[in-house]
Amino acid sequence: MAISGVLRPGYVQVRVLDMAAALEHYRDRIGLDVVTTTNDGRVFLKAYDEFDHHSIILREADEPGMDFMAFKVMSEGALDELHEKLLAAGVPVEEIEPGDMPAVGRRLAFEAPTGHRFELFATIDLAQIGPMVNNPELWHAEPRGMRALRFDHCLLYGDDIDGAKALFVDVLGFSVTEQVVTPDHTVIATFLSCGMKAHDLALVRHEGKGKLHHVSFLLESWHDVGHAADIMSRYNMSVDIGPTRHGITRGQTIYFFDPSGNRNEVFAGGYTFYPDHPVRTWSTDEVGKAIFYYERALNDRFMTVVT
Amino acid sequence: MAVHHTIEVEDCGTRFRCPAGEGLLQAMERLGARSIPVGCRNGGCGLCLVRVTQGAFKAGPMSCRHVPPGHTDLGLALACRIYPQSDLRVRLATDLDRQVSRQSSPEGQNGR
Repeated sequence: MAISGVLRPGYVQVRVLDMAAALEHYRDRIGLDVVTTTNDGRVFLKAYDEFDHHSIILREADEPGMDFMAFKVMSEGALDELHEKLLAAGVPVEEIEPGDMPAVGRRLAFEAPTGHRFELFATIDLAQIGPMVNNPELWHAEPRGMRALRFDHCLLYGDDIDGAKALFVDVLGFSVTEQVVTPDHTVIATFLSCGMKAHDLALVRHEGKGKLHHVSFLLESWHDVGHAADIMSRYNMSVDIGPTRHGITRGQTIYFFDPSGNRNEVFAGGYTFYPDHPVRTWSTDEVGKAIFYYERALNDRFMTVVT
Repeated sequence: MAVHHTIEVEDCGTRFRCPAGEGLLQAMERLGARSIPVGCRNGGCGLCLVRVTQGAFKAGPMSCRHVPPGHTDLGLALACRIYPQSDLRVRLATDLDRQVSRQSSPEGQNGR
């Protein structure tokens, strides 16, 4: 498969209540590296195995949650094409000049029907310290903490997930990989991929707009998920559930919370998706297994705790 | 010996001891009590909102969506961010307590 439009999640900007506590969490526990800090106090970070300049932006605010999530597009030409498609679909697009964000070129911003702000960009500087490319060692120095490889995806809660799904599938070229459907055929959760991962973005139906369920980081193995669990107990971090496994995507996972109450995930595994694959569908009477395969039941927090 | 404060949850009469310096919700959960719903435990989700009806406490950082500025002085706080300074009586938040929560999203520099 040749991926030519939207490539992958690029970065996400997360609001935190206390930057010092957030840095201890994202840098020292999850293992991200701080790349730069801007004059307005935002801190830019990346995982050790990411080539691009940054993937996580932390902004101190009086309410946690997500400011926006961005996807990287293959080229400036592809960005122009997606711009045209968004406008043709009646989606208002804000064009942001290159340089407004450190290391990032022109950005296109739009609001999804779920109330979330998304951005598309094609140009970002390579990180000064990214994965090696000549006789590449595994890493420059051994990774810290949970040894996160990359920012992988977000799960977002909002009201009009049908509208958001249509936008991502019909306009931006995503595929639905998996879904949860009620007996009256209402989709209550949809998992969207722009490449060959089981999901790059997931949406769950919720009464409010613009909510963050979790920001997810990829780990290398089930063993690393266990190591992450050890770290969470050692530092008395707030754990939601896990280690366990998702039926949906098959990922091996832990949900936990950052010091501002934003949910994070670290996970390993998950199947490979090809765009000719049929959609995998779960019925609501099996939703427990769909979300938490080992517990076979949702915990109360899954549907109610968001930022 | 560490100073402990006694916490009473009015709704069910449950009492438990919270060491000075520990969050009220964290102490409750560690002792196996379930009187107050547990969400993110870190001031963000609002699930553990309570009204302190008696006693003194300090509060850690909380989402302004669930506890608007000034309301902590009136006893409204997230149990996970309540650090008791004396024995406390608390009750679970009512619908009225939750109505003071801000409905709008924050607008801030570079929040776009």
